[in-house]
Amino acid sequence: MLSCYRVLDLTDEKGFICGKVLADLGADVIKIERPGGDPARRIGPFYHDIAHPEKSLYWFAFNSNKRGITLDIERMDGQEIFKKLVKTADIVIESFMPGYMDRIGLGYTILKEVNPMIVMTSISHFGQKGPYKEYKASEIVLWALSGMMYMIGDPDRPPLLSSYPHGYLFGGMQGAIGTLIALYQREIIGRGQQVDTSALLSLVRATGPEVQGPWELFRQIVKREGRMHLRTGTGIRTPILWRCKDGDIGFFLLLGANFVEANMSLVEWIKSDGIDSGIMGQIDWKKVGWDEITEEVACEINAVLTKFFSQHTKKELYEGAIRRGIQIVPALTAKETLEFSQLAVRNYWVKIIHPELETTMTYPGGFIKSTETTCGPRHRAPLIGEHNEEIYKKELGLSGEDLMILKQSGII
Amino acid sequence: MKRKPFEGIKVLEFCWAGVGPFSLNYLAYYGAEVVKVETALRPDITRTGAPYKENIPGLERSATFAWTHPVKKYDITLNLNHPKGIEIAHRLVAWSDVIGESFTAGKMEKFGLGYEDLKKIKPDIIMFRTCGYGNTGPLSTQPSTGFSLTTLAGFNSMCRWPDRPSSPVTGPYTDFIAPLFGGLALIAALDYRRRTGKGQCIDLSQYEAVLNFVTPILLDYVANQRELTPLGNQYPTASPHGPYRCKGDDRWCVIAVFSDEEWEGFCKVIGNPPWTKDPEFSTLLNRVKNHQKLDALVEEWTIRFDAEEVMVMMQKAGVPAGVVSNTRDLFEDPQLKYYHHFHELDHPVMGKCSFYQGPGFRLSEADYEVARPPLLGEHNEYVYTEILGISDDDFAKWTQEGVFD
Repeated sequence: MLSCYRVLDLTDEKGFICGKVLADLGADVIKIERPGGDPARRIGPFYHDIAHPEKSLYWFAFNSNKRGITLDIERMDGQEIFKKLVKTADIVIESFMPGYMDRIGLGYTILKEVNPMIVMTSISHFGQKGPYKEYKASEIVLWALSGMMYMIGDPDRPPLLSSYPHGYLFGGMQGAIGTLIALYQREIIGRGQQVDTSALLSLVRATGPEVQGPWELFRQIVKREGRMHLRTGTGIRTPILWRCKDGDIGFFLLLGANFVEANMSLVEWIKSDGIDSGIMGQIDWKKVGWDEITEEVACEINAVLTKFFSQHTKKELYEGAIRRGIQIVPALTAKETLEFSQLAVRNYWVKIIHPELETTMTYPGGFIKSTETTCGPRHRAPLIGEHNEEIYKKELGLSGEDLMILKQSGII
Repeated sequence: MKRKPFEGIKVLEFCWAGVGPFSLNYLAYYGAEVVKVETALRPDITRTGAPYKENIPGLERSATFAWTHPVKKYDITLNLNHPKGIEIAHRLVAWSDVIGESFTAGKMEKFGLGYEDLKKIKPDIIMFRTCGYGNTGPLSTQPSTGFSLTTLAGFNSMCRWPDRPSSPVTGPYTDFIAPLFGGLALIAALDYRRRTGKGQCIDLSQYEAVLNFVTPILLDYVANQRELTPLGNQYPTASPHGPYRCKGDDRWCVIAVFSDEEWEGFCKVIGNPPWTKDPEFSTLLNRVKNHQKLDALVEEWTIRFDAEEVMVMMQKAGVPAGVVSNTRDLFEDPQLKYYHHFHELDHPVMGKCSFYQGPGFRLSEADYEVARPPLLGEHNEYVYTEILGISDDDFAKWTQEGVFD
């Protein structure tokens, strides 16, 4: 869908996914790394656990479909070349500290002189402006300031971080959306513009109405409660996650017209298992509202369900739930995810060849299916400087001699 | 005045719950005209979701619905089970550029509103469909919510101490991830249509979309047969790293020290106590190895200060640090205030609330717009008589007949 657009991608892990999703939709995304390679190639995990810049699975994950060149944009020659590339491009994405691009002489005011149609997207921790703009951050700092961390974890321990860092992805995705809106508007106003993306603003949205609502309405602060979830306005807590025979399952009790049938068939299922459905068997699910569920009743429901779930495997529960239209789902491991039949039936997975590793790897497929386009990974992430010859010589017309000089002087 | 990017784009929203509306909101923020189609017989499910204003349930009292619709939308009620209702839906399709729907698979076809039907009415229509598992495959008709998908996709297994079961991320987390992909695809489709004149049908399987967020975990299994290792608050290349208790009730500040410069800055802030010179903590490797001892020493210092003070002192010394913000902190955060992240809007039933928010970016050439959420059927008269040109007599008659229920 976006194959007519060229993107110059200067980002690190704060912005990888921005260029990645544009590339998944067909854009020609050129990842520009510093000579020697992007420091983010040091982020694990690694292929066969070998910590090597060409084996970072994190790098693979968010740079597939991009082409890659190396360039030192702080050097004069590098800047000249970068500007030549900007002439041929529609979008520049960067995630340096705010002000860096201006300082080295490649800020938006300069780039728009080179190409007035250019859209320049900046993705930073906090935004290009404001009291935090110079603040240093990392995943945990973002996770903390966004409000995500405070409400996760057990009450008797400190707030908890995700063991898989992914907070930056929210900012990267918002950056991609902003970029396409700017591109759309370009045709109307006849010029590009700047997109200022803040990872903080992007992640704050993910705390959602469950957390922001109670504060606005009741000045209530949602706290971390392990696996329990506070039913706002009721004081009642029910679990989100439960133990079953071989792992965790998710079930979140919902009431109201849309869930009557599911709740009733859950009770029948429990009974047919020979388990005393207790209070759950006495509740009129057609009528019951949260105002009628006392703490005592909630505890009894939890006890019945705890017993029921503990007697089954994830698979049994999920299959039974699907037959009955109940939303009990397994917390799938990576292995189980890769074996999940719905994804296989929809041809979700994509096998990507890594010739240097003499292997193919299974990647998650496109984020949409469309009647007009295929979306998803087509080829692996670039090696360091993989497309230097192709882009500098064939597309920019640099001579082999010049390229040699630029390489020797560490500019490319 | 800045011209709005999507001025003139018309959107018909047959969506409920989170992902559909959130995806379409990106068009509404920037000037698209959106008609949200509901039915009084089964209103948007978030209208019946807590928390409610004053804790009293009511279709116009849900903070969840309000939070989900911080944009200008015309809200109409239309009974698709009434033959006249379908006819009117077709007229609305003719008016639209984009149709969004988030029913389970097959529902739109049943109403005669499948992609093939829509194309006959408007050949370049963009149809945006989203449901939990996608519109094809054995699970296409399975109900799902953000709560269930968050568990299924593994997000509720990621926050975990090595010695404890995992803690879920609060709430329907994937409802805030899937729309990022949905919104992106929609805008790309509009751009494509402008260039080529072609519409399309987009199927956003929320599960498939959000798995794009966990690719490294999946590749780790593919390459190394390893599942995600629970790390608590540790990070392999930083120490100190984690939240440290500060003065007050449940107040914390995170500190993350990666480089030697940051370690020096950190030591300076805490007054260079003798233990910082201890070989146990002199190198990154030793700090990581002895992190428990180090964490306790750090906390002896942080507990004397407010979390905000710790953040500012550390940041001044070039050390990554941040308050573990609770909800109150979010609404008072100076950076969020600077960006005017939260907007206060007045609503006839909800009153004034300030949790309405725009996107995570700012465009230099276009401002986004927020507006209070619409009431159920608030714009029936405007949409049916002004936009569709239904005569006042017919409008009154059909209202009587339950077409607009």
